[in-house]
Amino acid sequence: MKLQRRKFLRLGAAALGGFATAAFWPLRAMASAFDAAFKAPDMNGVFKELGTTPTPSDQIQFASPDIAENGAVVPVSITSKLPKTEQIMVLVEKNPNPMAAVFMIPEGTEGFVSTRVKVGQTSNIYAVVKADGKFYSAVRETKVTLGGCGG
Amino acid sequence: MASPMKIRATTTAGVTEVKALMSHPMETGRRKDADGQLVPAHYITEVTAQHNGKLVLSALWGPAVSQNPFLQFRFKGGAAGDKVVVAWKDTKGETRTDEVVLS
Repeated sequence: MKLQRRKFLRLGAAALGGFATAAFWPLRAMASAFDAAFKAPDMNGVFKELGTTPTPSDQIQFASPDIAENGAVVPVSITSKLPKTEQIMVLVEKNPNPMAAVFMIPEGTEGFVSTRVKVGQTSNIYAVVKADGKFYSAVRETKVTLGGCGG
Repeated sequence: MASPMKIRATTTAGVTEVKALMSHPMETGRRKDADGQLVPAHYITEVTAQHNGKLVLSALWGPAVSQNPFLQFRFKGGAAGDKVVVAWKDTKGETRTDEVVLS
């Protein structure tokens, strides 16, 4: 009896999951476009996948710690004052794959995100903003005293 | 099923600030366990946030986002009683959706 109930629940959950997937993941096409950038082993590789090297901009406010005691949890927050900010990316130069995250900013959402990333070793962290079709960047160095990707 | 997200949203002067804390191991696939075996990769790849059914933020993540990821963002137009729904999907195809009602 119990087994059957389990099975039923599982089936139900699977069906629900399938439905939610279709409704919630309009990112599918976009995801594949960024796949290569996420896999690129260095900064130049990422920029190549993006199709351009970003221009440094003082319109991006990028907050990150100068020294991180624990590289596994490094808070970063990025505020873009550039008009028509479309995307905000976080790249950690010395990580095995620099691309950490990309945020898509639709209209009505402010050019601001804050999150936490892993930084394997002392490294430059880049905030890359795509605004009005062009890429801009800001960079800060974070010194790591304990690695985030060790085991 | 992963444990629920903690989501908090506050509206001041027409701007709603959302803070979400997800519960997820975010394994990079590079870490080794005590026996020297590689721990397989298991991390969130996609995150979406909707306000009353309208997409207000979406994100693609790599394994470099920290364990139990934190996410904060702001959008305009939130009013009391509105729903903000945050959802994620990981490399194993697991998903989790949680919502918060604006006050």
